[in-house]
Amino acid sequence: MAILVNESTRVVVQGITGREGRARAKLMRDYGTKVVAGCTPGRGGETVDGVPVYDTVLEAVEAHGGLDASVIFVPAPLVKDAALESIAAGIPLTVLVGDRVPVWDVLEIARAAERAGVSFLGPNTLGVLSVGKGVLGMIGGRAESARAWFKPGHVGVVSRSGGMTSSTGYYLSRAGVGLSTLVHVGGDGIVGLPLPGVVRLFQEDTETSCIAMFGEIGGSQEEQVAEMMVNGKVTKPVVAFIGGRAATSGVRFSHAGAIVEGGRGTHEGKVAALREAGATVVDAFDALPAAVAGVLEG
Amino acid sequence: MARLAEFQGKQVLAAAGIAVPRGEVARTPAEAASAAGRLGGSVVVKAQAWTTGRAGKGLIRFVESVEDAEQAAAAILATQVGDFPVTEVLVEQRVAVKAERYAGIILDDRRRCPVLLISARGGTGIEETAREHPDAVAELPLDVVEGLAQHAARELWRRVAVHGEEQRKLADACVRLAGVARQVEARAAEINPLVFTDDGRVVALDCRITVDDAAVFRHPELGIEVARELGHPPTPLERIAWDVEKDDYRGTFYFLQMRDGFSRGQKVVAFHGAGGGGSMMGMDALARHGFVVANFCDTSGNPPASKVYRAARILLSQPGVDGYFGTGSGVASQEQFHSARGLVKAFLEEPLAVPAVVRLGGNGEEKAIEILTGFTKGLGVPVECYGKDTPVDTCAQHLSELIARSSATAARLPQREPRAAVKPYTFATPTGEITYDHAVCARCESKACVSACVPQILQLSEDGMPVLKVTLEEAQRGRCTECLACEVDCRALGAGGGHVRLPVPGLDDYRRTRGLE
Repeated sequence: MAILVNESTRVVVQGITGREGRARAKLMRDYGTKVVAGCTPGRGGETVDGVPVYDTVLEAVEAHGGLDASVIFVPAPLVKDAALESIAAGIPLTVLVGDRVPVWDVLEIARAAERAGVSFLGPNTLGVLSVGKGVLGMIGGRAESARAWFKPGHVGVVSRSGGMTSSTGYYLSRAGVGLSTLVHVGGDGIVGLPLPGVVRLFQEDTETSCIAMFGEIGGSQEEQVAEMMVNGKVTKPVVAFIGGRAATSGVRFSHAGAIVEGGRGTHEGKVAALREAGATVVDAFDALPAAVAGVLEG
Repeated sequence: MARLAEFQGKQVLAAAGIAVPRGEVARTPAEAASAAGRLGGSVVVKAQAWTTGRAGKGLIRFVESVEDAEQAAAAILATQVGDFPVTEVLVEQRVAVKAERYAGIILDDRRRCPVLLISARGGTGIEETAREHPDAVAELPLDVVEGLAQHAARELWRRVAVHGEEQRKLADACVRLAGVARQVEARAAEINPLVFTDDGRVVALDCRITVDDAAVFRHPELGIEVARELGHPPTPLERIAWDVEKDDYRGTFYFLQMRDGFSRGQKVVAFHGAGGGGSMMGMDALARHGFVVANFCDTSGNPPASKVYRAARILLSQPGVDGYFGTGSGVASQEQFHSARGLVKAFLEEPLAVPAVVRLGGNGEEKAIEILTGFTKGLGVPVECYGKDTPVDTCAQHLSELIARSSATAARLPQREPRAAVKPYTFATPTGEITYDHAVCARCESKACVSACVPQILQLSEDGMPVLKVTLEEAQRGRCTECLACEVDCRALGAGGGHVRLPVPGLDDYRRTRGLE
């Protein structure tokens, strides 16, 4: 099982002929992901490290039968068109790695995805990695690092920070706590699969028995997870840490989503909502592995 | 600024057909007086500062004469908001108000669409009104492509009991506001208050428009100098930092100045983060150890060493810091030795005069630690570097101890200028220039530059000198990734013949004004 990606997920990489696309496609394949096609407009017929390149995503779909996911590595101003193409081709999951995608472009992508009944992860995401099965995006950087850092098990990791996704996974694994899937939802304020969406998938996943969550100030994703726990939609234990306690209101700290505005999205508000809903919220990030281990034993 | 000043926002509204009071921007009391004269004397003088509750802080003043307008402007322009001065006032004609309303377009992260938010009770904060008078507030999710229809806007005002001619005119203003939000790609566009006047007009008396940082490149017409949400007008250092970032798409460099006017001994440190989440963790850890940060900085998304170098030089141009603290998430996907080399070059050039603790955990961390600690040994101040298995709190604790042990009066060493090359071999990089002095290279036994060059674009010529094995054009277009190994490793392991010149426009002038050169 695991969520979003596994050993049988078949992937197209949009922008595979670019420097980033080529390098990341190799990482994904090195880790075992089935990258079966690439797409770059105007470059159909070429191959990149043995992967056939098509002019359009639909052409790739027709040539290879159903594809499960597309990972997009194109510059931010071009992400909207690439994502709309993947959605129009009916790909069930599109991963938008690029950062600095204009938010009104994201709104248009979200509208198209909703109408087509498909999902997208990101933008501004390191992607998703199911331990020992596959990776979409660039979690781990190198396949051998990803194998050394993340050990298999039953804890689902979800985070609003890319670096903290890897960190959380590494420190849990080092403490002997294995992982099912690691998901970085993206650092932006509006994303396709936010924390509550991913938590819902973990709730349904038979391989995941506990959810470790790295939240941040700003927005309402953590509060929505708390609501889901209160409403009984999430029954698996949630262990969380919320970053940004020292942050100043009204100032944005690099993640487009991390800003406290008008008293909403504060550190205290998020911690209180999650605790009241029954989540374990640790005050120090270093305490997270022990807290997760405690929940698994208890 | 990604947040438009009130007067800039009003210009955008007026261009879209939403009425605003006649007004002028003034930067001195005299300018304010002459503006007041042209506007008829009875005016309001408003600080152009990003703070809420301006009226209560004396930052909005109603006056009846030109003389009073001058005095009001003088008082407001002498005010500080936070650490930063008020530099502009808006002088506006006064408007006879019958009713105060509110209208805003905000982006909703739950529904992933724009939302029109209105209130029959304007003037106060919308959150407060929603709490205390829920019946006065209504909202309508909008289709991002189709926008807002007049009839839908009228119906929404009816729900908060606004009728007749006022309803029709407010609805029209809302349709125009939704158009403005879409057109300038606003994350939020709010008019508070949006008033109905005694003579039956709808006028925007104030506005807050925040443009999406990521969309600023598509809007040169807005004249936004620094596409960052800062909470204050951009400081000189923030402008310099933005100039480094705006055209360099390799990774991200984010810089905010949080404090100014501090001095040694006040536990203020330069903060160099990597990645949004890891940076926030780092700031939290520093706060737990009693530090305040002079700035927020984030170099991430696999930036070249040259970008990390420029960031570090900018951080070190804040006089009065007690230390330098760097950290990321601890387990970075990107190769960490690039950051290490960028820091080494900046620390040696500066030269660093305060203790530094940097946590460079992740891919390539062993090499990063070796470079950063090994190559900075001659500095005379401690530079410590840690990897993923050292918690960020331990690093903050170390910095605290190092600062306590170091002398607060440590003299600054003179800056080390590279000597003019005797036999220069020069080529351009994407954002700078590399020069080898082959007269020095002739004495070099290691030729460390060739083996350390990350993109492997160097080779030894027939007479044993480092030269490019790609064309000059290829190097400039990006084959040279500005990994800085040819200077940093050369200085430590070779004869020191390699130098990379990476200008930071405006920084030298700024440093002179702060007594740093």
